[in-house]
Amino acid sequence: MSIRVVVPGQLFSYTDGQSRLVAEGATLGEVLEDLDRRHPGLRFRVIDEHGEIRPHVRFFINHQPALALSRALADGDELLVVGALSGG
Amino acid sequence: MDQIVLLIGTRKGAFLLHSDAGRREWRLTGPHFLGSAVHHMVLDPRDRRTLLLGTRPGHLGPTVFRSSDLGEHWQEATKPPAFAPSADTKAASVDVVFWLAPGHASEPGVWYAGTVPPGLFRSEDGGDTWQEVPGFNHELLPNLREVIGPIPGGPPLHSICIDPRDARHLYVSVSSGGTFESTDAGANWRALNRGVAADFLPDPDADVGHDPHRVALHPLAPDRLYQQNHCGIYRLDRPGDRWQRIGRAMPAEIGDIGFPIVLHPRDPDTLWVFPMDGTENWPRTSPGGKPAVYRSCDGGESWERQDNGLPRGHAWWTVKRQAFCADDAKPLGLYFGTTCGELWGSHDEGDTWLCLAEHLPEIFSVEFAAPAP
Repeated sequence: MSIRVVVPGQLFSYTDGQSRLVAEGATLGEVLEDLDRRHPGLRFRVIDEHGEIRPHVRFFINHQPALALSRALADGDELLVVGALSGG
Repeated sequence: MDQIVLLIGTRKGAFLLHSDAGRREWRLTGPHFLGSAVHHMVLDPRDRRTLLLGTRPGHLGPTVFRSSDLGEHWQEATKPPAFAPSADTKAASVDVVFWLAPGHASEPGVWYAGTVPPGLFRSEDGGDTWQEVPGFNHELLPNLREVIGPIPGGPPLHSICIDPRDARHLYVSVSSGGTFESTDAGANWRALNRGVAADFLPDPDADVGHDPHRVALHPLAPDRLYQQNHCGIYRLDRPGDRWQRIGRAMPAEIGDIGFPIVLHPRDPDTLWVFPMDGTENWPRTSPGGKPAVYRSCDGGESWERQDNGLPRGHAWWTVKRQAFCADDAKPLGLYFGTTCGELWGSHDEGDTWLCLAEHLPEIFSVEFAAPAP
């Protein structure tokens, strides 16, 4: 299942400066695992050691918030990764 | 010593301040990891080439980077410090890699890391992969959490001290939590807080829950430890286990509250502190807005003020626990970074001070390094 992924500038050091990526997976968790295989280290920066989404990171699938790694995706979906705003 | 480098960690990245043995001209390089908090950056004294840095961008998780060319190139740790996965939704996750400490001279490649919330981690491959020290994280910490409860912002584990005579003999400190000792490489721990005040605890004789801000072990006299605590300045001479409050000898109008403590590497009786205002609502600024270093040359029996060259007033900054260090030159050089982004240095053991860099972000840490040529 091919997913279009858009990552924020905070992750460019892992993606060689690319914001638009492609990854495989049927759930948010699987897509992040695949992204980590392609861009080692990326997953731990957005998901903590207990599998929780880090406090200042948000995921949107087709513009809808995705709050759990079990959230399903369909072929051609778009995953948007956002560094959430937090204070001044 | 061909060159001196000061390793500066700030709220917005890392900087290096270079000089030669003469220490007359300084050159600032960086920033590295601009925009990311860098809490600690340390050069491995065993090979004088491996540089480790703990960082956390504002939005992402914490990690460790390594460099073998003074920051020209960086490589991220394959497995940064992290607690064991847990299904408990209240389980702590590492928020900050706060403290980095090279291991014993007999153990090349070994490093320790202290985190926020408190956790102790060990690497045996030069900082590439990190494992928990289970005796601390799984045995001691749960009991500690029951005693002290949650701390806003999360307390750091810091001041990882290794006895130069014995790689298995470790001291670590947690604010708030206390100072702890292990003689079996971290398998078992015991509290080492007798004699230390804890004015914020209901039990003045509590075993744990104290707030050490910085603990240092003297490299030439490893039975001598000093501590700058939330509640005073202390000295401990082992095998004794009761700290002596040497801060009582500080001027009453200054008090003995502060974050850092620095030892003279060649004289166990000489040390420096940087007092801050700990009155009423704890401004954590220089007392009266007049910053000064205080030196003792007799193990804390007496103190002298050293402020020649420092601002005479309206300087409302302070110096954090990792932001004051010494080099190993003769006469000894001292360096501290301020919460307002200034780097001050003295090349006469604190008698006079010069501003070596300014306009940096808030400085978290300053470490001396003498890289291999």
